[in-house]
Amino acid sequence: MNNNNKTTLDRRSFLKASLMSGGGMMLTVSWLSSFKSADEAQGLTLPEQGPQLNGYIQIMADNRIKLICPNPEFGQNVMTSLPMILAEELDVEWKNVTVEMGPHDSVKLGPQFTGGSNSVRMYWKPLREAGAAARQMLREAAAQTWNVPVGEVTTKAGTLYHSSGKSAKYGDMASKAATLPVPKDFQLKAPRDFTIVRKPKKNVEGKKIVTGKPLFGLDYRVDGMLIAMIQHPPAFGMKLKSFDAAESLKMPGIKDVFSLKLYEDGFEQGGFDTRTFNELLVVVGNTTWEVMNARKKLVAHWEAAGEVKDTMSGRSGKREVIIPGALESTNTQLEKMQEYAKKPAQQLRKDGDPETAFKNAAQVIERTYNAPFLAHNCMEPMNFFAHVTDEKALLAGPLQAPGWTEPTLVKLLNLPADKIEIQMTRMGGGFGRRAYGHYLSEAALISKKVKAPVKLMYTREDDMTYGIYRPMYTATYRAALDADKNLIAFHVKGGGIPEHAIHANRFPAGAVDNYLAEGWQIASNITIGAFRAPRSNFNAAAEQSFLDEVAEAAGKDPIEFRLALLKRAKENPVGKNNEYDAGRYAGVLELLRDKSGWNKPGNEKYSRGVAAYFCHNSYAAHVVDMVTREGQPYVERVFSAMDCGIVVNPDAATNMVQGAVVDGIGNAFYGALTHKDGVPQQTNFNNYRMIRHNEAPKRIEVYFVENDLDPTGLGEPPFPPVFGAVANALYKNKGRRFYNQPFQPDFEKAI
Amino acid sequence: MAAFSLKINGKIKKVDVDPSTPVLWVLRDHLDMQGTKYGCGIAQCGACTVHLDGNAVRSCQLPVSAVGKASITTIEGLSEKGDHPVQKAWIEHDVAQCGYCQSGQIMSAAALLKSNPNPSDQDIEVHMSGNICRCGTYLRIKEAVKSAAKK
Repeated sequence: MNNNNKTTLDRRSFLKASLMSGGGMMLTVSWLSSFKSADEAQGLTLPEQGPQLNGYIQIMADNRIKLICPNPEFGQNVMTSLPMILAEELDVEWKNVTVEMGPHDSVKLGPQFTGGSNSVRMYWKPLREAGAAARQMLREAAAQTWNVPVGEVTTKAGTLYHSSGKSAKYGDMASKAATLPVPKDFQLKAPRDFTIVRKPKKNVEGKKIVTGKPLFGLDYRVDGMLIAMIQHPPAFGMKLKSFDAAESLKMPGIKDVFSLKLYEDGFEQGGFDTRTFNELLVVVGNTTWEVMNARKKLVAHWEAAGEVKDTMSGRSGKREVIIPGALESTNTQLEKMQEYAKKPAQQLRKDGDPETAFKNAAQVIERTYNAPFLAHNCMEPMNFFAHVTDEKALLAGPLQAPGWTEPTLVKLLNLPADKIEIQMTRMGGGFGRRAYGHYLSEAALISKKVKAPVKLMYTREDDMTYGIYRPMYTATYRAALDADKNLIAFHVKGGGIPEHAIHANRFPAGAVDNYLAEGWQIASNITIGAFRAPRSNFNAAAEQSFLDEVAEAAGKDPIEFRLALLKRAKENPVGKNNEYDAGRYAGVLELLRDKSGWNKPGNEKYSRGVAAYFCHNSYAAHVVDMVTREGQPYVERVFSAMDCGIVVNPDAATNMVQGAVVDGIGNAFYGALTHKDGVPQQTNFNNYRMIRHNEAPKRIEVYFVENDLDPTGLGEPPFPPVFGAVANALYKNKGRRFYNQPFQPDFEKAI
Repeated sequence: MAAFSLKINGKIKKVDVDPSTPVLWVLRDHLDMQGTKYGCGIAQCGACTVHLDGNAVRSCQLPVSAVGKASITTIEGLSEKGDHPVQKAWIEHDVAQCGYCQSGQIMSAAALLKSNPNPSDQDIEVHMSGNICRCGTYLRIKEAVKSAAKK
């Protein structure tokens, strides 16, 4: 997941038009856009080579506009927002736009990666250009047909006009337009002229969702399809020793029970080939219930896996990684983290002379924060359909990153890429979990073995106990204040199992003269993966709690304290490579201060906590208003301020932020996946507590900074600072600081 | 295996399954009705909510043998054209993010409004707290339930 690639690719845009057999115009757009790959922080980093993105626009003869959505949908509403961008520049009526999810096609549709809050950001320019170019070609076609100068042809909502009174629908000119050369120069609309973008549009799949249409991977069925389940070892660090399937095979509807190796020895794993268990014990049968029951009759013997040697592919060739064999427990992990925290760590950034500054400080504040593993708990558990034959493979299901999964399938199935078809269904949540395609590979191998179409299904328990968690984190922060209570030095030392969370170049780096960031990590057999705003989701919690405490020690208001630091970072930044724009960061805090009535009368009943954060190219700040309800802290109201540039679909964007706030409160209060001797202690929603209706705030007011900057993402940025704002409100509510997530057991202890 | 004759969405459906099979899997695997979702299998998340004689039940915990003559309504049968007031309110408020839990949420909400046409905020919270939404759309769900109650 480490990737320091910050290359900006030169934009090389070209478009190709072609006639469709049905008489419409299909505009194929391909480009290397002004796409910057995410920084190493984003976890879900993109391939080293700049991906070539493509999209399909189809203007049908009946004037309908069809867009093939390249990026899989997991609730970020990309199936609505991407076509909005296109429709805007094409100048068509929104009601004439239809959207279809594209299949995996890396040549035509690019990386098709949903993650890193990148969908809108990546497609903004290309889709605008595609729409504008197509509009220009339609105008040209009309000009030629009417024998008038193209400059005199105007468009409005899918119709072409000339001052002489002539008019034509786009569909009427589409065939001619498709024969014309694609224009090199075309005008994009000024944001003030937008009529679709920035106007709320409802989810294009809304009706299908509320009527229960089969949109999801688990809903995918074909005739003769079998159901498969995997019995995985009961603990991390264990593997299959032997099994007796006799009783299972006697159960009704059962076709086969077998063990299967996922990766052969020496298999070169890519960054998203993470798998927890390699030896699969598989039950295949006719129906879900029969397979569930037969699986209970399996007699499986497990043994310690010991150290495992994995081969990872990387930029500088392949390398071997040793996965430790110990059966880990949460308490021993915590002890080990405390021990590592005392050791020297890797220096990630240093400005000025922090050692001397701390030595000379009038006051030093030091605090340590901890957070557990988290399970993604997508509502739709992992599953995939596969039908693999000797000649080809069809796979269908929920997947965030088909482009990274296909090369793995090529190797596992020994089939060429063009014989592998991957269809992406709507995902019942993703949150990063479905960037890891092991369950698809498993389904493919199972189908190949049983020579039948198969749907592999994880039960909730399989899903929650499999791994690929948010890592377990710790960080110790130190701040040095001089005699005038000025912040003169800042030090963060972060660690984690199996990786730390530190973003060395984020605020308050750049705002403090003497700054030091360090990191360390402990290897583990507990697998991890990107989880909504990887690393940031812990950093924001710890750092924003710490800054609250430092502001208090400095005798400053927490918002004014941050704004003063940001002013410094803007006017006279310290060091290099500061990732954030201090002005935009300050902007969300100022907007939040105004909208929340910070320090204004009328809010006395609330314990108010504030936090802000920058990640995934957007800026977020929240005020959390807490009350005590039935003896328990309860977040009753939240104010959120966001800066993600142009807001493509405002109501959906608000929904996204509100959801992130609820998710953040839930995980801050309750989220935890713990282990005992390698065994996950939470297995389902009866012992992994999720936030519910009655625990969600009554009101979440969301405000966006208004500007005309190119849009950036929203799926992740609002999530991380929620944790910090909750912690800071808890301090006001309980009169003491909370350092260890989840907070709920801690405040229950105190009652 | 045993033969069952079930009244689902007003029609009689015949299945031959193990009597212990939960209605959830009868719907999904035997009747190809995919609207009712699997989320946890232990009645903790509400994704599988259907109506049994008008009451919201978790179909993952309802063995087919226990249904008897009771009539089952699923999301597919809540309305003929997808225009039940709750479904309309869900669209009006653009509730869904990923959408996976929403058929269960809608079935819970529809059952609530049938027994309590004017629920208070607290009534809604109490009734709906068995339905988890991982995307966190709870505020919109509540607003949608209130909108539907007015119709």
